[in-house]
Amino acid sequence: MHMFEYLQPRTAIEAEALLLANEEARAISGGMSLLPAMKLRLAAPSHLIDLSGIEEMRGTSVDDNVLTIGAMTRHAEVARSSVVRQAIPGLAALASGIGDRQVRNRGTIGGSIANSDPAACYPASVLGLGATVMTPRRRIAADDFFVGVFETALEPGELVTHIAFPIPERSAYVKFQQPASRFALVGVLVSRSRDGTVRVAVTGASSHVFRVPSLEQALAAEFTPGAVENIAIDTEELNSDIHGDADYRAHLIPVLTARAVDLASKPDAVGKI
Amino acid sequence: MGTMTSKRESGTVPNGIGRSVKRTEDARFLLGKGRYTDDLRIPGQAYIYVVRSPHAHANITSLDASEAKSASGVVDVLIGSDYLDDGLGTLPCIWQVRNKNGSVMAEPARYPVAVDRVRYVGDAVAVVIAETLDQAKDAADLIVVEYEPLAAVVAGPDAIMPQAPIVHNDAPGNLCFDWEIGNRAATEDAFSRAHHITRLDVINSRIVPNPMEPRSVVAIYDDIADEYTLHTSTQNPHLVRSLLCKSVLRIPEHKVRVVSADVGGGFGVKCHLYPEEVLLTWAARRCGRPVRWTADRSETFLSDAHARDHVTHGELALDSDGTFLGLRVSTVANLGAYLSTWSASIPTYASAPNLAGQYTTPAIYAEVKGVFTNTVPVDAYRGAGRPEANYIVERLIDAAAREMGLDRVEIRRRNLVPSAAMPYATPLGPVYDSGDFRKCLDMAAGNADYEGLAERKQDALRRGKLLGLGVSCYIEACGVSPSRANGISGGRIGGFEMAEIRFNPDGSATVFSGTHSHGQGHETVFAQIVTDKLGVPFESVMLVQGDTARIAFGHGTVGSRSAAVGGSAIVVAGERIVAKGKRIAAHIMEVDVEDVHFEDGEFRSRGTNKVMTIAEIAHAAYLPINYPLDQMDPGLDEICFYDPTNFTFPNGTQICELEIDPQTGHVELKRFVVADDFGRILNPMIVHGQVHGGIAQGVGQALLETVVYDADSGQLLTGSFMDYAMPRSCDLPSFEVSYHEDSPCTHNPLGVKGCGEAGTIGAATAVMNAVLDAMSSVGVDHMDMPASPSRVWRALRAATSKLPRPTASASATAGNGNQVGNAHGE
Repeated sequence: MHMFEYLQPRTAIEAEALLLANEEARAISGGMSLLPAMKLRLAAPSHLIDLSGIEEMRGTSVDDNVLTIGAMTRHAEVARSSVVRQAIPGLAALASGIGDRQVRNRGTIGGSIANSDPAACYPASVLGLGATVMTPRRRIAADDFFVGVFETALEPGELVTHIAFPIPERSAYVKFQQPASRFALVGVLVSRSRDGTVRVAVTGASSHVFRVPSLEQALAAEFTPGAVENIAIDTEELNSDIHGDADYRAHLIPVLTARAVDLASKPDAVGKI
Repeated sequence: MGTMTSKRESGTVPNGIGRSVKRTEDARFLLGKGRYTDDLRIPGQAYIYVVRSPHAHANITSLDASEAKSASGVVDVLIGSDYLDDGLGTLPCIWQVRNKNGSVMAEPARYPVAVDRVRYVGDAVAVVIAETLDQAKDAADLIVVEYEPLAAVVAGPDAIMPQAPIVHNDAPGNLCFDWEIGNRAATEDAFSRAHHITRLDVINSRIVPNPMEPRSVVAIYDDIADEYTLHTSTQNPHLVRSLLCKSVLRIPEHKVRVVSADVGGGFGVKCHLYPEEVLLTWAARRCGRPVRWTADRSETFLSDAHARDHVTHGELALDSDGTFLGLRVSTVANLGAYLSTWSASIPTYASAPNLAGQYTTPAIYAEVKGVFTNTVPVDAYRGAGRPEANYIVERLIDAAAREMGLDRVEIRRRNLVPSAAMPYATPLGPVYDSGDFRKCLDMAAGNADYEGLAERKQDALRRGKLLGLGVSCYIEACGVSPSRANGISGGRIGGFEMAEIRFNPDGSATVFSGTHSHGQGHETVFAQIVTDKLGVPFESVMLVQGDTARIAFGHGTVGSRSAAVGGSAIVVAGERIVAKGKRIAAHIMEVDVEDVHFEDGEFRSRGTNKVMTIAEIAHAAYLPINYPLDQMDPGLDEICFYDPTNFTFPNGTQICELEIDPQTGHVELKRFVVADDFGRILNPMIVHGQVHGGIAQGVGQALLETVVYDADSGQLLTGSFMDYAMPRSCDLPSFEVSYHEDSPCTHNPLGVKGCGEAGTIGAATAVMNAVLDAMSSVGVDHMDMPASPSRVWRALRAATSKLPRPTASASATAGNGNQVGNAHGE
């Protein structure tokens, strides 16, 4: 690991100023991706701006049918939060399946979505639930937030402070694990809003999380597993690697979507795998 | 995890043989207080960073380390030309295999640091020594190496193609050896008489052992005494010393002390002399500083010996009733870029002689080509050759049963060597001293409810799953090894083991053993033996291991040998203690030595009430006032070098039951049932632990682990745990382990056979046979390891029309294994 300077701001505005003042500075939240990269000398920031002391970026609340989660909230906190479990239990369950216990105790929701790892779970929830990403400067719709491999709409120095999730009528996330990393080889989040809008977000399969309109339309018409079973997915944009080629991922997307629909349709499915 | 057998423990002595004594060593391990090599802090120490080749195959056209040498904190930078200038030697292979024509194998030079050419990604090219590891890494970036890349070859069969790139100029055709065993003519005759011949091509995949503790080395040179101390995480300190001194650095052995303290797992990968051990010992003297190095996990992937990597064609000849008539096996074994310490022996003598398995197959012939490639050297890993033998034999049997319409368990039963035939000489040399193979098979088949299989398959189909059950009957030559057997087969190493029991004046006993526990529990089990045999309280026995300065000699721990050979040495040393104790007791009690007998730690004289405890005898031996000094030396300290007369043959049956989700290809293990014969059991709890861990590693190879090299560039694509899939607890069912003790080893005093590798030897085969059983119902009859989801799905896709679908009543999410579902519904 290379040497760096460590700074701990108390507000998001202060953190943004520090990031803008130092070109090679990086914000660190849970550090579950950045620290390994630094140890492997793949990242060498001049400054680490530690966000853990920023109180305004923590915690969960529900207001007007919207669940808001502070960006510095740890996966384990989301997983066991009674607020989250009551509002969007599928989201709490998603958080409980990220990484391992150690990762969940360190990793944060804001860090995960700002990192936009192609195989991370949280991006699927943000996109699949139609959330809004909040920064000190603006509100960014989920559909505009994830733009590429480890790339988001965030501008230099811009921090995610909160994520606002509209509470759906029902939702479920199903992850098929890559055998080695146990990240999502393919992960699918399905939601149906109170007005009947269906969103299907897929992670792990491409450069970044994406929606699948053909599956959404089919499920809007009929929210059953059978509605998506025979829908073919175009392989062109899908990843191929030693754990699965694009054909396999394309096959898994409707399979997992059907399972997520099935899971979301079961009133007693919460907490069961 | 797992269930303990309900069988009553056999031992009667508290903390003695046969008791599940809790492990002495666990207190420090569980509290994080183990003393590992990397924990050492030596005053004046410097850090070493090894610069490794980024190319699979290249000539080094220039190497400029001048800027690195003057970088901040750098002590020195050593390169291949420095090594040559010092006139030092190369790393040897300790087995010299002969070709079919009687000539010896090719042994190209293996320098610890490249001298002109690199032959795999990870080959060492420079050693940076600095005050801190970060400084060493910073300086490494300043070393300018110019490479002339050469074409690389990574797969064994590709390496022996006519146009293949040549890895070593002195190994034409990349051939290290072309070896054979068995009676070719008799086997061909058996095939000519066969009713049916089953042919099968299998790949035994390449894996990285990955013990939890990475390799770690600390080297110290004392220039006043001209002595070296090498702390290294090895399974075999005396071997490291011998090879390092004699073959490589040419230092007298008494000038080098090798210490291997607590070691966090070995599995065979730490029983070799490694380049880093040479480089650090050399560097410690060159720069006059203690030096240290610990592999990071990326280096583990690039520098620990890999394992398996066999491409094998097998043929089984059968009679019309399924009787095995003959077996032919032809293997290309990928040895990697250089010969590692044991590597030539692994696919040959450690593997092929086991091809008879548990069966009466009368004619067997095997040939093995060992080939060089531009990959990490390949060597021993848990089972070392025997899993490969088991895999081809048991896969062939299942294939034969399918082809002939015979039941898999029944065809095995028909061919098992009956217990009445013991001792049984197999056609390839091994002579099984004992074993009741039928008993283990019946136990396992019964416990696994083999009879109810068809019903369970139907139930799984209703749930949209393909259920399969796989059987693997294994036997392994363990308890390595009779020294003569080593010598006959080209070994340049003995196979005996040393034990010394040193009583202290207070009656406590220190046991010195040349074996090495790196997780096995020797501190506990060896103390159990001494307690049982000599009546010394368990707490009054201490084990010393892993230090060439304290232990006379040893062959470390490999090949399930510690109990069978190391434990036997302790027993014999104990017998010598008792023999001397009797003479001391006879003198003090003033009786004839013939009238003294020893039991439960006490010397008693027949016909009198005279009794002395062994502690009193020890006291008398160290305070020899009333003592037969005219007949014997004072002291109570006996040593035994035990050379076994035969291998031991642990055996048993493993049965795996699993379900495949045809929609995703995910394989979920449902049950894993084993019945083992390890001879006498010294500590049931530890035996269970060994079996559990062994199964996990076999399952890992079958379902998850595999090394992938890019065929063109020779780059290692699975160089971290992000891409190399290790088995985890959630991948495994609760193991159902049982054993019988009715066929003890006949030729060692403990009757033990060894249990360290058994789990691994049978498990990969049982899993793959189960995978194929599940898939054969839809027409898939072949698959190589690993049975990963995408590979299983791809194999099944060819048979899509036959795939089951869940019935309406069964849930689409019933059983999801790898899949994690999280729902929200109102």
